[in-house]
Amino acid sequence: MAKQKIRVTVNGIAHEAEVEPRMLLVHFIREVLSLTGTHIGCDTTTCGACTLLLDEKPIKSCTAFAVMADGREIMTVEGLEKDGKLDPVQDGFHQEHGLQCGFCTPGMMMTSYALLKKNPSPSEEDIRWAISGNLCRCTGYVNIVKSVQYASQKAAH
Amino acid sequence: MIPASFEYFSPQTLAEAIALLQKHGSDAKILAGGQSLIPLMKLRMASPKSLIDLNRISGLSYIKEADGFLTIGALTRESDIDSSDLIRGKYPILADTATVIADPLVRNMATVGGNLAHADPANDHPATMLALGCEVIATGPKGARKIPIGEFFTDIFTTSLRPDEILTEIRIPVPPARSGGAYLKVERKVGDFAAAAVAVQITLDGNNVKRVGIGLTNVGPTPIKAKRAEKALEGKAIDERNIGEAARIASEEAQPTDDLRGSAEYKRSLIRVLTVRALQKGIARAKGEH
Repeated sequence: MAKQKIRVTVNGIAHEAEVEPRMLLVHFIREVLSLTGTHIGCDTTTCGACTLLLDEKPIKSCTAFAVMADGREIMTVEGLEKDGKLDPVQDGFHQEHGLQCGFCTPGMMMTSYALLKKNPSPSEEDIRWAISGNLCRCTGYVNIVKSVQYASQKAAH
Repeated sequence: MIPASFEYFSPQTLAEAIALLQKHGSDAKILAGGQSLIPLMKLRMASPKSLIDLNRISGLSYIKEADGFLTIGALTRESDIDSSDLIRGKYPILADTATVIADPLVRNMATVGGNLAHADPANDHPATMLALGCEVIATGPKGARKIPIGEFFTDIFTTSLRPDEILTEIRIPVPPARSGGAYLKVERKVGDFAAAAVAVQITLDGNNVKRVGIGLTNVGPTPIKAKRAEKALEGKAIDERNIGEAARIASEEAQPTDDLRGSAEYKRSLIRVLTVRALQKGIARAKGEH
């Protein structure tokens, strides 16, 4: 099938590429742009390891085609750190040990980042609700919740 | 998992999209949020030759009240329904429904039109729309026509949309005073389909039921409108006995089958219990108690 030209801004950088329409967004990000921080977990719209922001909203990039992102803005986990400075969300996961194996972490952080943009002071319930589409099989979520709370408090100061 | 190859179209107008549908016929599929279609394509359970993406057509995403109807554009995302003050205030049954569809990330893409047009009996909006008694607008080459929701779901994954029509709007009658509704779902975990779910929309007249709509999720080949249960309750007093009897009838109208989510008997029991609870919640809301 003929390839199609797309233009996508990823972490503030404009990219142009020719892709097959059937190419999944997560494959475009990982294999065409070599941004491998976004993970592929279940590949069935369940686990959220592939979460990135499309026009500021967290979505599962295994369940979108790259052509759907044409002309739109994407932010991946690589876009969190700015000028060598960690985002409060990254700092939170570091300080509160919000990970064990780390596989879910990029997706967790992108969902948490979007939550805090919308709701800077979420309750524990808000946090648990927001991350309910991101699975972690290690932590039991307790430290993930603490990490987001840390980020929320840090951003407030 | 990689879907089969397809040709991709991203029309800028509804007219272009309909022309593409006419040209490609049943080889084409409409792409809205893609949260049902893309997983099916990855599993190769669907392999359309063409995809017509509606996401670049402006004016298909809105929530507004006009002329006695709440109108929702078919491309409205579930997360927008969930966060709409108008819906949270006046149509809590819709907020109940949107907040239990899949998970928050999926809801940022998934659309209400897609949830209906996909016609999966496990989807959540169909039961709610059956309870609300909405109509949907189907737009095709000859213009727009209204389809009452009761005539929309014709079989599993099948609707009364013609091959060259696109579902463009949902129209819900503004409920009269003393109306309330609720959607209650039992799911094994966030993101799963319902083991069973019940939608209720009720209007009271004093202590009696003036009108009631009851919709059932994932207990049959199509979403089910529990018409006998509705009829049994209309005009009756809202007491425990009448509510229990309507719920018992609704559980008889369900056609569940055994699967991983439970036995048919269990699901029938769920329908009975959820119907009681949804009626109680709808009544409380109609009385302004919620």
